[in-house]
Amino acid sequence: MMNKECFICRELLTNNFSWALFSFKVKNSIICHVCRSKLQTLVGPFCRKCSRMLQEIPENLIHDDLCHDCYLWEKHSMWKGILDSNKSLYSYNDFMKEIIARFKYRGDLAIAEVFGEDIKTYVVGKEYDMFVPIPLSDIRLNERGFNQSEVLIQIAGLTPTKVLIRKNSEKQSKKTKKERLEVSGLFEILDNIDVNRKNILIIDDIYTTGATIRNAALELKKAGANRIESLTIAR
Amino acid sequence: MYPLQRVHFEKIDQKSVNPHFSPSPALQQLLSGKALLLDELNEFVSILGIHYENGYIGYKEAISIRKGSPYCNRCGTTEPFHFYNHQCAKCNQMCTYCRNCIMMGKMQSCAKLVVWTGIIHPFPSRQNPLHWKGQLSEGQKTASDMVIETIRAKETCLVWAVCGAGKTEVLFEGIAVSIAKGERVCIATPRTDVVLELAPRLRKVFPTTSIAALYGGSEEKNVYAQLIISTTHQLLRYERAFDTIIVDEVDAFPYSMDKSLQFAVAKSLKDISSLIFLTATPSTQLQKAAFSKKLKYVTIPARYHRHPIPIPQLKWLGNWKKSFSKNVIPYALHQWFKQKLQYKIPFLIFFPNIELMNKHLPLFQKEYPILEAVHAEDPDRKAKVQRLRNNQTLGLLTTTILERGVTIPKLHVAVVGAEEDIFTESALVQIAGRVGRSADCPTGEVIFFHYGRTRAMIRAMKQIKSMNVEARKKGFIYDE
Repeated sequence: MMNKECFICRELLTNNFSWALFSFKVKNSIICHVCRSKLQTLVGPFCRKCSRMLQEIPENLIHDDLCHDCYLWEKHSMWKGILDSNKSLYSYNDFMKEIIARFKYRGDLAIAEVFGEDIKTYVVGKEYDMFVPIPLSDIRLNERGFNQSEVLIQIAGLTPTKVLIRKNSEKQSKKTKKERLEVSGLFEILDNIDVNRKNILIIDDIYTTGATIRNAALELKKAGANRIESLTIAR
Repeated sequence: MYPLQRVHFEKIDQKSVNPHFSPSPALQQLLSGKALLLDELNEFVSILGIHYENGYIGYKEAISIRKGSPYCNRCGTTEPFHFYNHQCAKCNQMCTYCRNCIMMGKMQSCAKLVVWTGIIHPFPSRQNPLHWKGQLSEGQKTASDMVIETIRAKETCLVWAVCGAGKTEVLFEGIAVSIAKGERVCIATPRTDVVLELAPRLRKVFPTTSIAALYGGSEEKNVYAQLIISTTHQLLRYERAFDTIIVDEVDAFPYSMDKSLQFAVAKSLKDISSLIFLTATPSTQLQKAAFSKKLKYVTIPARYHRHPIPIPQLKWLGNWKKSFSKNVIPYALHQWFKQKLQYKIPFLIFFPNIELMNKHLPLFQKEYPILEAVHAEDPDRKAKVQRLRNNQTLGLLTTTILERGVTIPKLHVAVVGAEEDIFTESALVQIAGRVGRSADCPTGEVIFFHYGRTRAMIRAMKQIKSMNVEARKKGFIYDE
């Protein structure tokens, strides 16, 4: 057995022995059932674009099957249709905030293992030509030692295609919503990789307003990409 | 926790000391007796080079390879599953990091620990640092004398004091001896709550001594103090720092955790130093060491109020999980619960885990709607316990989190499923120790409801009985 402790809370993993183990259908989980239960899966109805749970936003901010953020994005001439859809695995609740902080800021990138299977399962049967990570600025990459988006792609056994580089290192989180809508050109595309008519999946850790992912998608679409979807661990 | 493993310190990369160089006092104070990551020394980045060149700081590997396996030089772990590898963008190589102590900063192959290699100035010696006018009981006095003797002789001893004996006062004189000589002293305890409770008490009795309280969110982490009150965890940053370490509640954490904490204590002791273990419930290992005279020990078998400790009763509960699953409170427990409600006796009911407790809370609430449950991660824990103290509620359901540090007058306690593994001998002794703590109400019920006796239950009862016997023999107990 590789790990004796839960990958998240470090409690000893008790062998939940059951006859089901012999059916080979049950996999040994690397996290305990308590942590598993704190990972909250999202339930529909969803925003058609970003898979936000519509039940958590007030009625007046829902536009048919779009959340208010996506409604604004789609109204904007530059952003309309840039991102085809986003899917998120879990709710960005307090527990998830803690996990992501440990993953990204403490640098405990083993945490990615927890989500590897989920990502693998998600892409099965879907036809993507490329898996594209969101790039970090060189300074941040050097500080952190890894790119979380790339790590997530690799942990799922997929190959990241690094077509984008980051131009501006300013943090998204410091901007207001309006500023985010107006900013474009966060990324540049590398010409030596052909994205023409490709179906692309962008994988990242969190989806907040979708500005980062849309910026990446914009450059990819400009370079001729066909369909851009994104998958994030949480939103 | 005993005996402590010897720590094999990694070789330090250092130059010979240039006596004409005057080092930065701020850096010296921050680093004395510690080993820190470069990331923790951000404000000194510009002067590290010159201190290294002049021999005042040295570097050593954060993660080293010993016998082919990774070893963390901060927490001492060698467990393979505590390490993880990744392609590192800092060093452009495969890098190994330690997951065991990552919350204190990332220890990885390409990181270095920084240590002070210049002279470490002792604190000035001062006479009579202790300002305390209290009076020790006979039991406390014997223990205090042994603590003084141990600290003078730089030895190791165990102070085995029953719950409610008044352990803290026993340390005062011994600490004063060390402080007077200009030595550094540390009291290490597993829990932040205890650090927060001890620090003001010690500040009051050692008013002229520099004191720092260290815990997860502490603002005093960089304070260079003579007396440190710390969670055992925070000690991981120290190396060869203390002349005396007092380890409070040695048994409070499970073994897995204990290993790094044990390492932390061993690592932060100076080569010649004294070590005091303080507990109400020593592990079997410590008890054995004490009984076989390998470890010097002293007991305080009686409470300060001179009444015996209530002996737990065992009560058969049958297959209690099954009754609960049918939404029925097991009969004997139900009777007990109803009786407490009827006679308005404050109570705690201990459950083996959070899930069982929360699942069955509604059953109890049917009869007592304001009943609440607490566990370690409960953000309202303090408020809920306070309501019990204020008589706003009669009782609580709890996990083992309340086994220590809770004093509520007239309390009765019950353990549900006392046969479960989590209820170790020490957990059960601690739980029993919640009862009869005040002088005006020194008795109360302790019931272990069980589905089969365990060795832990029997040993816990034996331990309490033998403490009472010893206390009677020594004349520490008034019998009615």
